[in-house]
Amino acid sequence: MSETWLILGATSSMARAFIRSVAERGDAVILAGRDMVDMAASATDAKLRGASDAFAMRFDARDPETFGPLIEAMEGREGMLSAAVFVGSMPAQSAIDADPSLIDGTIIDSFTGPARLLQMLAPLMEARGGGTVVGVGSVAGDRGRVGNYVYGAAKAGFHTYLSGLRNRLTRAGGHVVTVKPGFVDTAMTWNVEGMFLVAQPEKVATDILRAVDKKKNVIYTPGFWWAIMTVIRLVPEPIFKKLSI
Amino acid sequence: MSWRPDTYTGWGRALSATGEIARPERLSALEALEAAPACGRRRSYGDACLNGEGRMVDMSRLDRVLSFEDGVLHAEAGLRLGEIMRLFAPRGWMPTVVPGTGYATVGGAIAMDVHGKNHTEGTFGCHVEEITLTQNGKRMVTTPGSDLFGATVGGLGQTGIITSAKIRMTSLEGRSMYVHERRMENWDEFIAELASSEAPYVVGWIDATARGSALGRGVLEEARPVDKNPPPVKGTKSVPVDAPGFALSKPVVRVFNAAYFRRVPSIGRKVTRSFGDFFFPLDRVQDWNKLYGKKGFHQFQCVVPDNNTPALRDMLELIAGSGLASPLAVLKRLSDRSAGMMSFPMEGLTLAVDFPASKAAEALIARLEDMTLDAGGRIYLAKDALSAAATIDAMYPNRAAWTAEAAKADPDGALETDLTRRLELRRT
Ligand SMILES: Cc1cc2nc3c(=O)[nH]c(=O)nc-3n(C[C@H](O)[C@H](O)[C@H](O)COP(=O)(O)OP(=O)(O)OC[C@H]3O[C@@H](n4cnc5c(N)ncnc54)[C@H](O)[C@@H]3O)c2cc1C
Repeated sequence: MSETWLILGATSSMARAFIRSVAERGDAVILAGRDMVDMAASATDAKLRGASDAFAMRFDARDPETFGPLIEAMEGREGMLSAAVFVGSMPAQSAIDADPSLIDGTIIDSFTGPARLLQMLAPLMEARGGGTVVGVGSVAGDRGRVGNYVYGAAKAGFHTYLSGLRNRLTRAGGHVVTVKPGFVDTAMTWNVEGMFLVAQPEKVATDILRAVDKKKNVIYTPGFWWAIMTVIRLVPEPIFKKLSI
Repeated sequence: MSWRPDTYTGWGRALSATGEIARPERLSALEALEAAPACGRRRSYGDACLNGEGRMVDMSRLDRVLSFEDGVLHAEAGLRLGEIMRLFAPRGWMPTVVPGTGYATVGGAIAMDVHGKNHTEGTFGCHVEEITLTQNGKRMVTTPGSDLFGATVGGLGQTGIITSAKIRMTSLEGRSMYVHERRMENWDEFIAELASSEAPYVVGWIDATARGSALGRGVLEEARPVDKNPPPVKGTKSVPVDAPGFALSKPVVRVFNAAYFRRVPSIGRKVTRSFGDFFFPLDRVQDWNKLYGKKGFHQFQCVVPDNNTPALRDMLELIAGSGLASPLAVLKRLSDRSAGMMSFPMEGLTLAVDFPASKAAEALIARLEDMTLDAGGRIYLAKDALSAAATIDAMYPNRAAWTAEAAKADPDGALETDLTRRLELRRT
C-alpha cells in the first residue's frame, strides 16, 4: 500500500524536487501551500511522474484555520502517513532591524506554524504505527550570526522541536529526519550575494530520501556542511562574537 | 530580488554577455517580469541565448508536465526533451523529433524549430499543436495556421516568452534502438547511402580531417526502435575544468578520428543502444564544451539543396585541407517539412563541423558561409556566432515577413537578443 506525503510549502524548489522523487516511487502526495495555481501544475506533474495520487490544498503557516482540513485529508488516506516541511521565511536582517514585528512572522513561518500542524498529525501517525516526518531546518540554526539570527533562532527552535518529536514518534514506530541544508540554488537565494558551494535542489532531495530510507536522524546536505558546521560550532563564544561570517 | 547580474555564454563559449538574469519558478513570477527575451538551457552555440544589452529570463525552472492525453503532451517551456524521453519512453512514447542533445528545452526546441535524425518527420514545430506565450505579462495562445504561430516556431523568441506548449508525441514500439553502423569509405559512397537509406533514423559521422581518396569517409548509423532491453547504462562523465589548447590539436584529432572510424569493423556491425545513448550521445559527457578550453569553439552548420551537393563536397575539401576541424562532424539529410517562417531546414544535406575558436577558423567559416550562399543553402542560427546581416537576409527569404510579425508581437524590440542585433533580424 502506498504512503501519503503531506508536503508543507510545496511551491519551493526543494519541495518540488522532493515531490518528484517520491512521485517516481509511486507514493501519493498532498501539496500544501498558498499558490494554488502553481501547486495544481506541480500536482499534475507528480501524477504524470508516477504518483498514485496528487492534489493541492491550501496551507498558510500563519492561518491555523487551514490546518484542520489538511489533517482531515490525511486521516482519510489509507496506508502510512508522512510529512515533509519545507516552509520558512527569511526577511533580510536589516528589514527586521527596521521593523522588529517581522520577527513574529518569521518564527511562525519557520517554526511554530509547521510545528503546530505536526503536533496535530502526530497522533494519526502513532495510531498507524509508522510514517516519517522530514523537517527542513537550516545550518543557520546551528549558531546565531549577525547576518540572520532571527531566522537562525526560528530554525534552532524547529530543530529542537523535531528532536523531541523524534523521541516521541520513535516509540510508535515512526521516524523524524532533521535536514540542515547549506546554500541551495532556489528562488530565495537567487540574488543573495556571498553564496558559495551552492547545491541543486535535486541533490538535496536525493539526500533527504536516502536519509528517510536509512532512518537517519540529522543530516547536513550536501554532506560536507557537517564539517563546516562542526568547525563553526567549535569556535569558542568569546572569539565567535567578534567574527562576521 | 528577481534579477541577478551575471556573465554568461552559449554552448560554444566563444561569445559572452553581461546582464541581469531572472529565473522564475512560478507562472505568477514570470508574468510579473518586465518584457525580456527568454532562454532555455543555452544549448545554442552562439549568441541566440545572450542579451548583453538588457535582461534575460531563464526558463529552466518552469519545467512541469501539465497533461498527457491521447498522445499529446502539454509541458512547461523549461522541460528538457531528455526528461520527456526518460519519463515517457518506458510508457511507449517519445517526442516525434528530438535534437542531438536532451538538454534542449521545449521552449528552445520551438524557438529554433529543431530537427532530428528522422528527416521525413520534419521539424519539432511540425508536431506542436498549441503554444502559450507570455507577451509583456499577458497570456496569449496560438495554434498552427496563424501568422503568430509561424513567427513563433523557429522565431528565436521574438514573439514573446514561450510558457508552455502542446506536443504530439510518437508511439514507440520498442525499448531500445537497433543501430546498424557501417563504414563509408568516401564522399560518393556516403551521399549515395544517405540518399537511399530507408531506416527511420539516419545520421552520419564524418571524418573532417580525411583527405584525398578518403575525403568524406565516416560512419553511417541507421536505426530503428526494437523491443529488446538496452545494454546497461554507463554513468555520465564530466569535464571539470577547461582543457589545455593542445587537447584538440591537429595530430590528436587525426589519430582520434582514424581510431573512431576503425572502431566499426569493415563489414559493419549491429548494436543495441539505449534511447539516451542513441539520440543524445554527447550528453554522456557533461560540460564537454570545456574540452575546447577557455576560448571556446564554433560550430558551422549549413544545409545545401540536393541539386548542389557537389558544393558540399568542396566545402568538406576546404575543411579537411585546413586541419582546423575537431572530431565532431555530422552529415544528415533534411527535408523541407518545417513549421516556421525562419526555420532552417530545406530538402538537402546538412553538414555540421566544430572548430576550436581562432582567427583562422573564423576566416574559414566566412568562406564556408559564402559557399553555402552560392549553393542556394543556408546556415543554422542555433549554431551561428559569426555571420553577417546581408548573408542571413539572402538565405532566409521569409525574413521580412517574419520581422513584420515579430514587430506586431513586440513593437518596442524588448525581446531582441545579441543574435538578432548582430544579424539585424528585426530591421524593417
Ligand atoms: C550537443 C548538441 C547537439 C545538438 N543537436 C541538434 C540537432 O540535432 N538538431 C538541431 O536542430 N539542433 C541541435 N542542437 C541545437 C539545440 O537543439 C538548439 O540550440 C536548441 O534551441 C537549444 O535549446 P535550449 O533550450 O538550450 O535553448 P537556448 O539555447 O537557451 O535558446 C535558443 C533560442 O531559443 C529561444 N528560447 C529558448 N527558450 C525560450 C522560451 N521559453 N521562450 C521563447 N524563446 C525561447 C532563445 O531566445 C534563443 O533564441 C544541438 C546542440 C547541442 C549542444
